[in-house]
Amino acid sequence: MNEEWCLGCHLCEYFCAFVNSGEKYMPKAFALNRQNVPNITVEEGDRINFAVNCRQCDEPLCKKGCITGAISVKDGVVTIDTEKCVGCFTCILSCPYGAVVPNKEGKAAKKCELCISNGGIPACVTNCPNRAIVLEEVY
Amino acid sequence: MPINYIYPEYEIIRDKNKCIKCKVCVRQCSNEAHTYDEELDCLYEHNERCVNCHRCVALCPTRALKIVKTDHTFRENYNFTGELINEIYRQAESGGVLLSSMGNPKPFPVYWDKLLINASQVTNPSIDPLREPMETKVFLGKKVSKVEFDENGEVITKGYPNLELSMPILFSAMSYGSISKNAHEALARAAQELGIYYNTGEGGLHKDFYKYGKNTIVQVASGRFGVHKGYLEAGAAIEIKMGQGAKPGIGGHLPGEKIGEDISATRMIPQGTDAISPAPHHDIYSIEDLRQLVYSLKEATNYEKPVIVKIAAVHNVAAIASGIARSGADIIAIDGFRGGTGAAPTRIRDNVGIPIELALAAVDQRLREEGIRNEVSIVIAGSIRNSADIVKAVALGADAVYIGTAALLAIGCHLCRDCQSGKCNWGIATQREDLVKRLNPDIAYKRLVNLLTAWNHEIMEMMGGMGINSIEALRGNRLMLRGVGLNEKELEIFGIKHAGE
Amino acid sequence: MIKREGEIRIPSGCAICGFINKSGKKVSGDVIVKSISYMHDRSNGLGGGFAGYGIYPEYKDLYAFHIFFEDLNARVETERFLEKYFDIVNLSRIPVKKVKSITDSPLIWRYFVEPISTKLAASQLDEKEYVVQKVLKINSDIKGAYVFSSGKNMGVFKAVGFPEDIGEFYRLEEYEGYMWTAHGRYPTNTPGWWGGAHPFALLDHTIVHNGEISSYDANRRFVEMFGYVCTLLTDTEVITYIFDYLTRRQNLSYTDVANIIAAPFWEHIERMEPNQREKFKFFRNTFSSLLITGPFSILVGFEGGLMALNDRLKLRSMVAAEKDDTLYVASEECAIRAICPDVDKIWSPKGGEPIIATLYEKEGASICR
Repeated sequence: MNEEWCLGCHLCEYFCAFVNSGEKYMPKAFALNRQNVPNITVEEGDRINFAVNCRQCDEPLCKKGCITGAISVKDGVVTIDTEKCVGCFTCILSCPYGAVVPNKEGKAAKKCELCISNGGIPACVTNCPNRAIVLEEVY
Repeated sequence: MPINYIYPEYEIIRDKNKCIKCKVCVRQCSNEAHTYDEELDCLYEHNERCVNCHRCVALCPTRALKIVKTDHTFRENYNFTGELINEIYRQAESGGVLLSSMGNPKPFPVYWDKLLINASQVTNPSIDPLREPMETKVFLGKKVSKVEFDENGEVITKGYPNLELSMPILFSAMSYGSISKNAHEALARAAQELGIYYNTGEGGLHKDFYKYGKNTIVQVASGRFGVHKGYLEAGAAIEIKMGQGAKPGIGGHLPGEKIGEDISATRMIPQGTDAISPAPHHDIYSIEDLRQLVYSLKEATNYEKPVIVKIAAVHNVAAIASGIARSGADIIAIDGFRGGTGAAPTRIRDNVGIPIELALAAVDQRLREEGIRNEVSIVIAGSIRNSADIVKAVALGADAVYIGTAALLAIGCHLCRDCQSGKCNWGIATQREDLVKRLNPDIAYKRLVNLLTAWNHEIMEMMGGMGINSIEALRGNRLMLRGVGLNEKELEIFGIKHAGE
Repeated sequence: MIKREGEIRIPSGCAICGFINKSGKKVSGDVIVKSISYMHDRSNGLGGGFAGYGIYPEYKDLYAFHIFFEDLNARVETERFLEKYFDIVNLSRIPVKKVKSITDSPLIWRYFVEPISTKLAASQLDEKEYVVQKVLKINSDIKGAYVFSSGKNMGVFKAVGFPEDIGEFYRLEEYEGYMWTAHGRYPTNTPGWWGGAHPFALLDHTIVHNGEISSYDANRRFVEMFGYVCTLLTDTEVITYIFDYLTRRQNLSYTDVANIIAAPFWEHIERMEPNQREKFKFFRNTFSSLLITGPFSILVGFEGGLMALNDRLKLRSMVAAEKDDTLYVASEECAIRAICPDVDKIWSPKGGEPIIATLYEKEGASICR
């Protein structure tokens, strides 16, 4: 995330919510359910805007706090197994970035998993109009 | 409430079925043409504020927006068109000079579109640029007229300082002030990567851009903003701006509100003061004065850099160019009446000057008749729109072309022609920090590189078709052109035949 | 009405050949006629010609003007002009033989002249420049007159027809020269004019050329800045002027000229030694408008030497051969084998690589510099 180029246009939030909604047509995704919650949030400052999503921590606090072992790190991506998640939301409380949120049913937690199940390149990256969000491998 | 005479020119059409109320349009429009009402959860369009720049259209994630020309109309009048009527209303209200931006949009003939390019058939082979070398390298500057040798037959003549370009294209002068720092950075980096040049315009050279000096042409204009020794030494060439195609005969005016800290430092004027470039250089009232400035600049830079003199294409352009060629200039830049601007009086932009195609043909021919074509290179500007225009320009006699508008289009400009407002939604013609950051130079410079790489390929393809494998063999090769729909006089000025002849 | 050379640009394909005996041994003109006749199919009967060097030993210090006149008026006017600027030492009709296929012959005259010394001095020009200016003046200003050969101890013979018929017409077997070049033309439409045939000549430079250069107008408009007037609109004419400009006015060697008109590609220049690179870059930049593109193979005859050159992509055939003291060059090998069946060496020169041969007596002496 390069805040120098973030325009605060919030498109990342909408594309994130859209690709994670399971719908194929964007207007439908938003018409059906106004409760779409994106996994990325743009924080607007006076002059600086910053889109926040999961930092994919090496030793995530959310994982540490998870009572059912639903959170794991696979290939550097922190993922939540919704089958195991019981919706205690300890992870939401423990994430210092506010990157974990309840899913739309409110029964489990969800977070940015870098669009791994949506075809690879995160929707927020492809759709950022000013290349403020980029996907880089960290070694 | 006073009577509002003017109906908005454009209408914003929102497809309510597609709109997801993401409000990107609201956030991105610096003219506040979109607003959101929280109470009603509803988006409104304010057509009177819309300049038709397409920022909202381009960013709308569901393609729910489009801008259309209003069908609201005056009673049909061929003479007093709606545009003219509105302009009179505006002036009657403001009492001011009408201002416009970018190039002349009026329906004057576009001669590029009346010139056609030749190709080889049977009697000589076309050349495939993918298989054979195809050269577009160009040198700009004065050429040696007599080669001298030493007793061993080795050449002892030293050439004059020349600019070396990988392709016959340069970025036109656009000052830091008229365009944003990010736009300048994109031009500079693209010029460096492509092996060509960009031009500072009259706004000086920002301290961060001295590192691009080898690919920079530094301009000395009538306001002399930002001109100092280090500046002159930083560039690869120095351009004296005598005139601009969009506004021949008048100067420039950058309003004080655009003169922030950075621009103030770069232009060397106090913050918040208007930067006014006088109409003439007040030390150049005639051709002999120009000669003095040319040589002062050469003296100041140790005769190591070519000096360009840029003029607007006006009626007597051939004679003026001839005078400039004899004044020590190494390169003459001629800007046609379609050339762009960040702001010009509308009447001047639309009515003063002549088409660059005719100016170029006349200048090249005149310099040849006088035997001094080799004393100077000719660079033309003023609406080069694509690679075919460049091929035609070179065939008419240009050494290279300046592109301004096309370069801005490549980085996002939508030619809404509202630069003078300073609220460019694309981050180009603005100094507002939140707008400037919309232009990410990493993206923009690459788009410029892409555009020119594509054009260069197309130039090579057209050259290959003509059986020419080096651009110098195309320069002034008017036999490669034919006219369509041109009258005898026009053909005579172009020095070409009509198609079919 | 069909336009003739000068009113329209006519592309054409061609046959060329030539040879030089470097020891200066004279060879009769029928040899070159035989050589070119083997390439009959490369021309179509619409033009051809020959240039012979060393053919006028008795007048070797005088300019030999060969002139076509369309009518008597043109001759009278031209002679009046010549008398004003030159001492005419000898004048005569060029002897010809009636040949069935050669028709519409103009009046063909030969003048051996030298500039009037006082006029030359008054002109403040060097002698060659003086002669060139007068020749160009006749060609552009006197209607119906055309000087098609103007060098010393050499001459051009050309006409509309097949080259072998033209050789017979001009009785070339009666001339002996150390060097001959020949041309057979295949124009794409019908020029009815003898002046348009090749070789093209200015002073002792003669050029025969096969090709169609794509840089024509760029080259023409550049040389015309220096007083040359391209009246024929042919490639050969402009190439001749380029040679004249570069060798006589700029004092460049024939090798340098080749490196300018068929310049190496930039990628090649970049790989050269620094000194060499600077020189080539300087030449390409300084004389950029004299780069010739498109296909050509040319033979340039000059006093005491011959240069053969192909365009830099070698888009036209050209073969060279050696036998003892003689260098042969031709569009096709058959034209060489026809007159020299047992060559010592035969090869196909690379594009842009000049082959230059000079008389042994001229060797070491600098050519044009």
